[in-house]
Amino acid sequence: MSQVETLILDQPGINRALTRIAHEILERNKGTDNLVLVGIRTGGDHLARLLRDKIQEIEGKSLPLGIVDVTMYRDDLDSRGPRPVGMTDIAFSLTGEKVILVDEVLFTGRTIRAALDALMDFGRPRNIQLAVLIDRGHRELPIRADYVGRNLPTARDEKILVTFDAAHLPIEVRLVKP
Amino acid sequence: MVFRHKHIIALRDLNKEEIELLLSTAESMREINGRDIKKVPTLRGKTIINLFYESSTRTRTSFEIAGKRLSADTVNIAPSNSSATKGETLADTALNLLAMKPDIIVMRHAVSGSHYFLANKVNCSIINAGDGAHEHPSQGLLDMLTIKDKFGRLDGLKVAIVGDITHSRVARSDIQGLTKMGSQIFVAGPPTMVPPGVEKLGNVVACGTMKEAIQDADVIIMLRIQQERQGKTLMPNTREYSRYFGLNPVNLKLAKPDALVMHPGPINRGVEMSSYVVDGPQSHILKQVENGVAVRMAMLYHVCGGGSVE
Repeated sequence: MSQVETLILDQPGINRALTRIAHEILERNKGTDNLVLVGIRTGGDHLARLLRDKIQEIEGKSLPLGIVDVTMYRDDLDSRGPRPVGMTDIAFSLTGEKVILVDEVLFTGRTIRAALDALMDFGRPRNIQLAVLIDRGHRELPIRADYVGRNLPTARDEKILVTFDAAHLPIEVRLVKP
Repeated sequence: MVFRHKHIIALRDLNKEEIELLLSTAESMREINGRDIKKVPTLRGKTIINLFYESSTRTRTSFEIAGKRLSADTVNIAPSNSSATKGETLADTALNLLAMKPDIIVMRHAVSGSHYFLANKVNCSIINAGDGAHEHPSQGLLDMLTIKDKFGRLDGLKVAIVGDITHSRVARSDIQGLTKMGSQIFVAGPPTMVPPGVEKLGNVVACGTMKEAIQDADVIIMLRIQQERQGKTLMPNTREYSRYFGLNPVNLKLAKPDALVMHPGPINRGVEMSSYVVDGPQSHILKQVENGVAVRMAMLYHVCGGGSVE
């Protein structure tokens, strides 16, 4: 198969984008009060952990970190069949909190829709803000990101791959043309 | 890893990877059961019929709760109020139920293999909640999950199964599943209750005495004496049975100090187990029940909408 791969972000690039997002989150929310991070498994949870570390470096405060698995909330069970279910781990109530939902790539918006439904089962957040590393367009639902690492116009059949090393640190973001 | 079965009738039909997938899914389902809002929308719009030709409290309630936690609509049919008492055949009952478009039928039936018969007649998924003396796959899975919780693995463990092996579908599912996962099983019971050739079912050693079976065991699974099934012909009386094959604080010491004690329920206190053991620190009987809901959620989830190659 002839695939063309383009490097979109390398490790320092990802790092800079996350640092900027961390600052933007703190600026828009005027600090860390009532702020919690929830990453979407898998990928978003690793990025959420990095954001927590960066926010701690900046403000000296460690935010609560949760992981959400959206498999049980997806709308494509009938068309794509059951997939392995990961563990959701949100050990705190979301009621009254400002939730920063973190994902790697924003595409159709259906994963985010599922994640929003999942979060509502953990309380009534004051608001939910969305942070993504890549926004590649092609939305099928009225969903937008509040914090974006990189806006990247893509064709529908292209793929975005975010790779992580064994320690779950992001290595790079690649665009794969079919 | 994709689950490729439309039906779950016996652990014998599943391979190691499929069992692992069901167990890991069950672990995730358990998290849902610990939430304030114990419900996810996964099986919204699906209809599950619980068709129980034999009485059951635990298994039927567990399947019903499992279906409801996944947002499916569950309907229970019990023998006392079904047409079976009026003489309707299983096939006719199934075709009538099918006309109401269920997605899954969970059935318990006294005849071994009746689920295979049913699976050939219907186009919905069939889950076995116990068929005669054949298998009880959800019990086998929840037993494995309970063991895995304790030891973090299933391979290399010594598991003793004591009691009426011949009539126990729980024993068969445990043997099928645990053999695939790499445990070694030691069975013991009165000679009238241990089938000849039981070794051929899996990685099984038949023991002459209970002591041999539970010596240094990691896990002891005690089976219920099914008085409704075999009448009273297989043993002189329950007191004698209890003397030779009952688990009590004294013979429990033969097993490893942290050995796990399990029982599929309902327990005949004082017959297969003394109350000291049932209520003791090594007893994981209620943990089994808790895991039962999670395991059944995993089963319902994986048979639904799947590629269904079977």
